[in-house]
Amino acid sequence: MLPHNAESGLTRRHFLQHAAGSAVWTGPASMLAGSLLANAPDLRRRHKAAIVLWMGGGPSTMDIWDLKPGAPTGGPFKQISTSADGIAICEHMPLMAQQMHHMSIVRSMSTREADHMRGRYYLHTGYVPSPSVEHPSYGAVVAHELASQVPELDLPPFVSIGGGSVGPGFLGMAWAPFVVDSNGTLRDLDMGIDPARFGQRLEMLAAIENRFIAERRGGPAEEHAKVVGKTVKLMSSPQLDAFKVAKEPKDVQERYGNSSFGRGCLMARRLVEAGVPFVEVDLGGWDNHADIFPTLSDRKLPELDRAMSALVADLADRGILDDTAILWMGEFGRTPTINGNGGRDHWARSWSVVVGGAGFKRGVIVGETSSDGKEVVSDPYAAQDLMASVLESLGISLETTFKARNGRPMKIANGGKPIKELFS
Amino acid sequence: MLSRLLRVVAAVAGIAAGGSLLAADKHFGVPAVAFINEQVAAGWADIKLQPAPVATDGEWCRRVHLDVIGRVPTVDELEAFLADPSPNKQARLVDRLLGEDSSEEYASNWTDVWTTLLIGRSGDNDRVNRSGMRQWLRRALARNMPYDQFMHELVTATGVNKAGEPGFNGATNFLAGKLEENGLQATAKTAQIFLGLQVQCTQCHNHPFNTGRQNQFWEFNAFFRQTKALRRFGGTQEIQAMELVDEDFRGEGGNPEQAELYYELRNGLMKVAYPVFVDGTAISESGYLPGVMADGTRFGTHRRRELAGLIAASPLFPRAQVNRLWGHFLGHGFTRPVDDLGDHNPPSHPELLAGLADRFREHSFNTKELVRWIVLSQPYGLSSKASKGNATDDPASGEPPRFSRFYLRQMRAEELYQSLLTATEADAANAKGEKASRPKEQWLAQFIIAFGTDEGDDATTFNGSIPQVLMMFNGELMKTATAAGEGGFLDRTVQGEQKNAARLQRLYMAALARKPSRPEIAAATRLVEARQGDAVGALQDVWWAVLNSNEFILNH
Repeated sequence: MLPHNAESGLTRRHFLQHAAGSAVWTGPASMLAGSLLANAPDLRRRHKAAIVLWMGGGPSTMDIWDLKPGAPTGGPFKQISTSADGIAICEHMPLMAQQMHHMSIVRSMSTREADHMRGRYYLHTGYVPSPSVEHPSYGAVVAHELASQVPELDLPPFVSIGGGSVGPGFLGMAWAPFVVDSNGTLRDLDMGIDPARFGQRLEMLAAIENRFIAERRGGPAEEHAKVVGKTVKLMSSPQLDAFKVAKEPKDVQERYGNSSFGRGCLMARRLVEAGVPFVEVDLGGWDNHADIFPTLSDRKLPELDRAMSALVADLADRGILDDTAILWMGEFGRTPTINGNGGRDHWARSWSVVVGGAGFKRGVIVGETSSDGKEVVSDPYAAQDLMASVLESLGISLETTFKARNGRPMKIANGGKPIKELFS
Repeated sequence: MLSRLLRVVAAVAGIAAGGSLLAADKHFGVPAVAFINEQVAAGWADIKLQPAPVATDGEWCRRVHLDVIGRVPTVDELEAFLADPSPNKQARLVDRLLGEDSSEEYASNWTDVWTTLLIGRSGDNDRVNRSGMRQWLRRALARNMPYDQFMHELVTATGVNKAGEPGFNGATNFLAGKLEENGLQATAKTAQIFLGLQVQCTQCHNHPFNTGRQNQFWEFNAFFRQTKALRRFGGTQEIQAMELVDEDFRGEGGNPEQAELYYELRNGLMKVAYPVFVDGTAISESGYLPGVMADGTRFGTHRRRELAGLIAASPLFPRAQVNRLWGHFLGHGFTRPVDDLGDHNPPSHPELLAGLADRFREHSFNTKELVRWIVLSQPYGLSSKASKGNATDDPASGEPPRFSRFYLRQMRAEELYQSLLTATEADAANAKGEKASRPKEQWLAQFIIAFGTDEGDDATTFNGSIPQVLMMFNGELMKTATAAGEGGFLDRTVQGEQKNAARLQRLYMAALARKPSRPEIAAATRLVEARQGDAVGALQDVWWAVLNSNEFILNH
């Protein structure tokens, strides 16, 4: 690790100033200003951010957020009432039940992608996979739109904790998710040599890098130089502290739970406080084709309940929930029927997501499914509508249009419409 | 004045075009190469693309080493190629890379490729034995097993999946972890890898974006219903190994003579399926394995063997392999993704794809021959530099690839690892077999991200993002590669050459297969000054920079 005392901070700045002289990386120059700002006491300005809690595998939302007690395949779980009037959720989510006045449930998601990889892609981008274009995911879009709010940020604007998220597509590798594990271990940060010498190496590197770019061999050559610039900025930043969950008081760590998802949620809060506009926290293991009920009640739901409720409450206590959107989702739901192995299979036609914070209306239920859970009986919503809603809650204009690499204009969130019941 | 200038421009352009024409003409007496050149050039003419000039010898030598044997050339290999005056030198190099001398490295490279394809990056668990899979692949690839036999052995494998156990057959690892839930994964992966068909979406319903139907999924699935993966326990409760066996399938209706399975339509209706191949060919409905009755009548059928036979006879089988290999060497297949050849996803060069597939079959599914055709072709030999005449040919923009220049792409993590060993002349570069792959696998593990699904999907962070650059900047592997210690690569470089200029050139040749440019020599000279004459120290800095460059990590 880099030492964090003032003296070596100066040396770092010195070498970066040096490196900034080379043509490819203008980043380090702004980083210099950034470090100074970051060290100032009043660094916490208000900025918008989003946290996605990604439930890899496709969680059974009818056993968590939209129970069907009494229905033949409703499963064994009971409902409990919550802090929000008229919202009842699963009995194995007692801590979240106390936070539901901060959140809203959309029970009318209806999509068509019931394959993991396709569903992952669709829910992350608002687009179905296409052979000709790679679309940017939530993280890349939000980071791209909000990064200018946090000019002093050295950290990558899109961090994915414990999972890979989905890539930046045509926005380019500079907006790729920075993937870390929930312990916040960042490998290979220590340059192991004198910073001045590191700066000299960077100059040599710039000579090679620039020559190759000038030969016009295509996008990847320039993308590489951009990512090198971002890496240099990151390596020498005091903001790296945001990854160190262990620096939190013990009782706070306790509150989030001793699980990787708990640590991931706590890290998400620290990153958002440090200025990162988009964080995704991954909790896998929802692909419950067999023995779903004991798996949910004994393992998955307690872990989720503790970490998610702590995150919501903590953001609210710190007064940053109003600027931070939270979105809980997986790639699809699970069949309202129970299979021969006591599990539920993939089901995209009727399922739920949970949102809260930022500009979202809280404590409401949007939409409704039939008594057996097999149909959405209100207006159905798709991935692009959900994405448009999250962007709307952050104040990102839905008129924004990107240009894909072929020059074709691409509407942000695939032209989805915000879910109206979540606003007003 | 103006007209004279135009004549000069035309003359210069003529030289460039002449270079390309010469290349198009060059097919080394191999008809398949001439066929590729013709077909690709026809595509250029259609939309008036001007192909890039041919790559330099150094660039070509570097890319063919990377793509065929998974590493950059050594300085000796590179210099021998550059010095070879023969007009046939490309063919001679390809012969060497596909020949006996390189067979170990060839097998090792393609074992990496196939392991990821067959069992993913992270597949090593109770059910799948990664090293057993690798051992089988290495042997099959080293002897260039015909591709139909290769498929047949994987699709029909029986035996134990772990080396050292009685009845070991490493090929079983392909299916050993894919038989749960009645073999859903076995169905999806077999269709995807060997036929280029994406059927996983049709498991639950007819798919709107795919021509496959739900019944086809389950009829294909029916071929795997005689197959069971049995757990072999050791002395403890832990699973020691898995064994794949075939046994009679009694059918979900309880009649082995007509062994059926049931699947559910979206509306809840149950339907019946028997083994039927994707082209509509049905086999016996019997679930019995083959046997002979007392009166001599034969009965029963071996469903997986029937399936392997049908796959081998299918026109999709060679096409899927051609498309995958073309994508491997040219950076883009004829379809995107390469393993989706369904009717809804038309290829960029249908005649070329079909023609190469036919030739591949005619040559007894000889994969090395197919490799030879592709790497000796004109499009493979073009420069990666964009010019006015071909700047629009950019598949990254969503246009179908036209192969009028070589598309940049990043080395795979395995290629980087092997290239670093080679470039630094590390002893480990000479280590052979499975032993050598263990430290590599450990190193690779840092980049793997699992997606938390039952299907074992995964991805890699070795994708050009920050963690990769950090690893290249400061990682252990890099520290070893740039170590200044006595007897190390840099120390030996200093001992071997008297002048700094020659030392610098050696580093450039080893990593980039070219000589340093004037500005680069100037930059290196500044480093020597900064290190106050410490030659090893300065080379250390240069070496770090060279290995960290876009030019090194991007196959160009």
